[in-house]
Amino acid sequence: MSELPQGENWTDIILPQKKWLDWRVKELIRARDLIMLFVWRDFVSVYKQTILGPLWYLIQPILTTLTFTIIFGRIAALPTDQLPDFIFYLAGSVIWAYFAECLNKTSMTFISNSSLFGKVYFPRLAVPVSVLISNLIAFAIQFGLFLIFVLYYWLVVGVVSPNWSVVLLPFYVLMMAGLGLGFGIIVSALTTRYRDLQFLVRFGVQLVMYATPVIYPLSSIPEKYQFLIRANPMTAIVEGFRYSFLGSGTFDPGNLLYSFLFMLITLLVGILLFNRIESTFMDTV
Amino acid sequence: MTLSISVENLSKQYRLGVIGNRTLYEDINRWWARVRGLPDPLEKIGEVDYGNRADGMIWALRDVSFQLKQGEVLGVIGRNGAGKSTLLKILSKVTGPTAGRIKLKGRIASLLEVGTGFHPELTGRENIYLNGAILGMSRDEISRKFDEIISFSEVEKFVDTPVKRYSSGMYVRLAFAVAAHLDPEIMVVDEVLAVGDAAFQRKCLGKLSENAGEGRTVLFVSHNMAAINRLCSRAILLERGRLIDDGSAPEITARYLAGAAEENGIRKWEMEEGPGTGELRLIEIRISDEHGVPRSVFEVSDQIHVNLTYRVHEPGLRFRCGVNFITQGVLAFSSIESTEVPRREAGIYTSVLQVPAHLLTESEYSINVSMFTSAGAKKHFVNLRDGISFQVYDSMTKPSARGDYSQNLAGVVRPMLKWDTAAEKIDI
Repeated sequence: MSELPQGENWTDIILPQKKWLDWRVKELIRARDLIMLFVWRDFVSVYKQTILGPLWYLIQPILTTLTFTIIFGRIAALPTDQLPDFIFYLAGSVIWAYFAECLNKTSMTFISNSSLFGKVYFPRLAVPVSVLISNLIAFAIQFGLFLIFVLYYWLVVGVVSPNWSVVLLPFYVLMMAGLGLGFGIIVSALTTRYRDLQFLVRFGVQLVMYATPVIYPLSSIPEKYQFLIRANPMTAIVEGFRYSFLGSGTFDPGNLLYSFLFMLITLLVGILLFNRIESTFMDTV
Repeated sequence: MTLSISVENLSKQYRLGVIGNRTLYEDINRWWARVRGLPDPLEKIGEVDYGNRADGMIWALRDVSFQLKQGEVLGVIGRNGAGKSTLLKILSKVTGPTAGRIKLKGRIASLLEVGTGFHPELTGRENIYLNGAILGMSRDEISRKFDEIISFSEVEKFVDTPVKRYSSGMYVRLAFAVAAHLDPEIMVVDEVLAVGDAAFQRKCLGKLSENAGEGRTVLFVSHNMAAINRLCSRAILLERGRLIDDGSAPEITARYLAGAAEENGIRKWEMEEGPGTGELRLIEIRISDEHGVPRSVFEVSDQIHVNLTYRVHEPGLRFRCGVNFITQGVLAFSSIESTEVPRREAGIYTSVLQVPAHLLTESEYSINVSMFTSAGAKKHFVNLRDGISFQVYDSMTKPSARGDYSQNLAGVVRPMLKWDTAAEKIDI
């Protein structure tokens, strides 16, 4: 076609392939109202259809914790770093639930929104980001529950000892969100090609939980195998969380730094892949 | 006048056939076969349903270029599969082009479907915010226009009712009202006005042309030539992915209708290349008048025959033929043979479906053809989408379902039905 007349100032150019580093961060920031509306939609539409509504956010971790307490604590009698079974498993399941939910839900981004994505454009990352935030609400509620039990076991029973490192909580949450988002969008980008993955994810996340010190402390693993568990980026976070709030477990800054770098790389790979697939995925779904 | 859109050598290629059946296992299988130098183990053999595909790829758009000035309203016309929707999808960034580029000036809003992202559990009010944000409005912007949107949609009384309780008409009105109040510099509209009642359609068209008056650039896809002529100053005609004509709207719509009339209403395949299986293969689809003369443009008062010619290879094969009529993106209706006729001998057969006059409405129809058996496990011998398409128009010279009403009658069929009005009690 002809060259552009002088002085044309185009605001947008649609090209066959987006550049690897064209992240359109500004677009995402401009979509903040949309992100918050997605968060609110997910929250409201869930409780409009149930009788117990937001109470489910509390029932879930309590039931999980009771199950863990009975099966792993009583029947299997796994060690818990001398902590009461209940608070030990509650810590593990509350923190694990946030990561697992972030990963599970963001991994469905393309599949469950294909009809929406097929009809209108908005920054696609708005969907997984809104998932992180809605899960944060659930996490806050569950964490509140956890805090009540921590206070009880600290002040009344006196077996747990929170310490200065509780200030690291936002850092733990940030790392889990980053890992959940990173893995989630990698999977979501791949599921547009390989539908099998969506079945694998939920199952896989459950398996990985057993490779993370959620239902057992890291200290119960023989020294020479610990490096295997430590290679899992969630290990330092779960152990660190328990150390901060319960005073048990290991606090390993080196391992935390490893998790942080791991998270950054996962997130980077995820965003790159997501951006590449975003403009053509409608042709493959 | 400044330019608003510049489309340069735009092309889009789609992969056919392998879409949707990709699994990791299959990809690994293919890769392993390639490594060993064997042919693709999963390639479909002897099953070609699309006569127009080459190497499983199809060009939905090929080297399309045009420019639009600010404030221009462009009609995009073409038959089903000509690439209209693909063009709109690329413009609205739903999918990316394979080659070429588009330059845009200003915010673009696309209306490929009304009510995108509506959540049935949420109320009308909540959905206005959600839908508005999805279409690109900020929360403040929606709040500012909220009253205007509500009054345009005429659902004031039900703003706090979940939209799942809305009638489909209310739903569409609310959805369009949100979209109509976007303030983009460029607006892309697919055939969304086909839904909704006629009065509301007029209101929407009015709103769209009002937008154009404010210097807004609009791209509008429709099969309704009357709407194109009323709304658009200029039109482009697409055929098999290529832009074949560009000019004033009346000129282009006339050419389109004339072109459609020249098409002979026949689609043929070489003996063993038609859609089907080893047992049964389609040879020809012919749309004709009641004397068997093929045509592709009919009046609403014409009887239309769909003639399916096929070869049966297996004696005694039981199956029935079926045809779906698709228009305006909707499956209007289906018709099947009443029983599974056993075709006793191998040979060539023709089944004719008679569509009575005054059943179809003014529109472009495309048909899907299937031949299947449901005795035991359901099996499709032929399952052809977009078999052939034809136009139905109303010359308004003969009696029809519209009577003396001259405006648009909405719907995907337009049967001529009987009305009786009698006085029950006369007020004196």
